[in-house]
Amino acid sequence: MKGKKLLVKGVEAIALGALEGGCQCYFGYPITPQNEIPELMSAELPKRGGVFLQAESETSAINMVLGASAVGARVMTSSSSPGISLMSEGFSYLIALELPCVVVNVMRGGPGLGGIEASQGDYFQAVKAPGHGDGRFLVLAPYTCAEAYELTAKAFELADKYRNPVMILSDAILGQMKEPLEVKPLKIKNFAKEDWALTGAKDRPSRTIKSLFLDSKELAERNLKLKKKYKAMEREIRFEILSEGQEELMVIAFGSIARICKEAVLNLRSKGYGISFFRPVTLFPFPKKALCSALDSNEKKIKVLVFELNCGQMVEDVASALCGRAEVLSRFYPPSVLPFPEDIEREIKKCLNSLNFPKV
Amino acid sequence: MPELFKFPQSLKKTLFHYCPGCHHSIIHRLLCEVIDELEIRDKTVGLASIGCACFLYFYIDVDIIEAPHGRSCSAGTGIKRARPDLVVFTYQGDGDFAAIGLGDSLHAGSRGEKITAIMINNTVYGMTGGQVSPTTLPMQKTTTTPSGRDPSKEGYPLKVAEILAGFEGVAFCARVAVNTPQRVLQAKKALKKAFLAQIEERGFGYIEFLSACPVNWKMDPLSATRHIDKLAEVFPLKIFKDFE
Ligand SMILES: Cc1ncc(C[n+]2csc(CCOP(=O)(O)OP(=O)(O)O)c2C)c(N)n1
Ligand code: SF4
Repeated sequence: MKGKKLLVKGVEAIALGALEGGCQCYFGYPITPQNEIPELMSAELPKRGGVFLQAESETSAINMVLGASAVGARVMTSSSSPGISLMSEGFSYLIALELPCVVVNVMRGGPGLGGIEASQGDYFQAVKAPGHGDGRFLVLAPYTCAEAYELTAKAFELADKYRNPVMILSDAILGQMKEPLEVKPLKIKNFAKEDWALTGAKDRPSRTIKSLFLDSKELAERNLKLKKKYKAMEREIRFEILSEGQEELMVIAFGSIARICKEAVLNLRSKGYGISFFRPVTLFPFPKKALCSALDSNEKKIKVLVFELNCGQMVEDVASALCGRAEVLSRFYPPSVLPFPEDIEREIKKCLNSLNFPKV
Repeated sequence: MPELFKFPQSLKKTLFHYCPGCHHSIIHRLLCEVIDELEIRDKTVGLASIGCACFLYFYIDVDIIEAPHGRSCSAGTGIKRARPDLVVFTYQGDGDFAAIGLGDSLHAGSRGEKITAIMINNTVYGMTGGQVSPTTLPMQKTTTTPSGRDPSKEGYPLKVAEILAGFEGVAFCARVAVNTPQRVLQAKKALKKAFLAQIEERGFGYIEFLSACPVNWKMDPLSATRHIDKLAEVFPLKIFKDFE
């Protein structure tokens, strides 16, 4: 398939990216709208000497991931919101055990069973608390099929580099829409695992991978070590920015709604409006510094308008990153209420023109 | 003179944390003897579960990982699928294997996962202080069945070996005890067979140990050891499934 141009859905781009990233094992449980990922993996992995297994539940799937990761395999699971919630105990253990893996969440509407419409309702869960106990995922949010392919492949490298789970946070629009994708070879680094993986105590002392630390000092040290790792992940921060440094308003969005917003911003810019655009690609670590310096170097006083497919989550990270540097406003769309670029344009104009733009 | 008794190579030379009279210690030793005799120490990965035996890695000198409560059979599946050349065993309590982990355990057995699952059936949740477990005997007092397990309210003891024996994917299935010297020898033989089931790629190997928990049974070690015979009336000691 390499070097070929294919017409694929976002979820297929994710699966192809996983194969490019060297994924050796996949464990998962079906849930809409991401079933094409396990389907593609079940066809492709065995051909390449890899392992595909459909588990009896998400709790089992994530623990299969845990086992395979512990013996040094490049391993992935994918699911959608309710399934991701079920995996959260496993996520916490994977973080604590410092086991690398890639987790794909093709978000659907919630809370509860919700619906299968596009949603970004799991932002908080992904970036703040994937599981219990103060652990973090490195979170990547693609907005095109090509980016989904590249970021998923890269996610395997990053997971191994930091010995931490990496999440691809996507949604049903990106997941289910089709785009041409060039399946090009990527440079994905490998990291030696011989110094920590459980491979049998041959010619070395036996090893333990554990997360139980009854000694409070030991547990504190473990947590501080993890915290250092999250700090180091800041090296991986990615973002996209469109700005000339003299705009009146900045639009911020991630994932599929960022695409709608970008179109609206480009339309308005072509009509002479001073609007800039910022898209975080890493949601954790959040591109705080990049955002602040973009605003600091802007010549005019600027308003910030955050668009999301939820009831307003990332806006909190934007506000805390900006720390009063700009007025931060939120425009949100709960699942199934998808805006068109014209709707976004209208919102932006309202915000520009009116002092009474509703603050929610 | 033939050597009849020696310290197992895979057993670490350290003191056990288990309560006096607890059978975990005897079972640990048997496990190490079997690992030594099969010469698999350097390609074995163990899964220590939640419960009294979660400190397995302090005693057994092989690579060990901790899985979340009840998930050892799933994590073991991940290990074995990724590295079929490794020998994988889980070491789980009845609460771990048969309550919270029943789904994981049965599905691994049903898939014929080539791992060895060891369930230590002491009929209570030991580590958390002696609450009712799926295998608690009728009328047995626990901290959450203070007037005794009433089957009309708390149900009947769950017979895991009997269930697993009916699964095509299970190659070996036995229930053993270690409360008499003869039973210790029988148990060791069965345990070895539970490992051979995966080594010979025949399928899932399951072995259940009836095990004493003197502290939570509120018995002295000797009475607790004798009490295993009462358990055996409800949970028959038997090789339910075997291979040549
Ligand atoms: C998800 C989760 N729920 C509950 C617990 C608390 N817990 C620790 S050990 C245990 C019971 C273990 O009982 P069993 O498996 O029978 O092992 P034993 O202690 O008797 O050896 C429980 C409920 C936990 N660690 N994780
Ligand atoms: S509580 Fe019971 S199972 Fe746990 S160590 Fe003590 S005797 Fe053994």
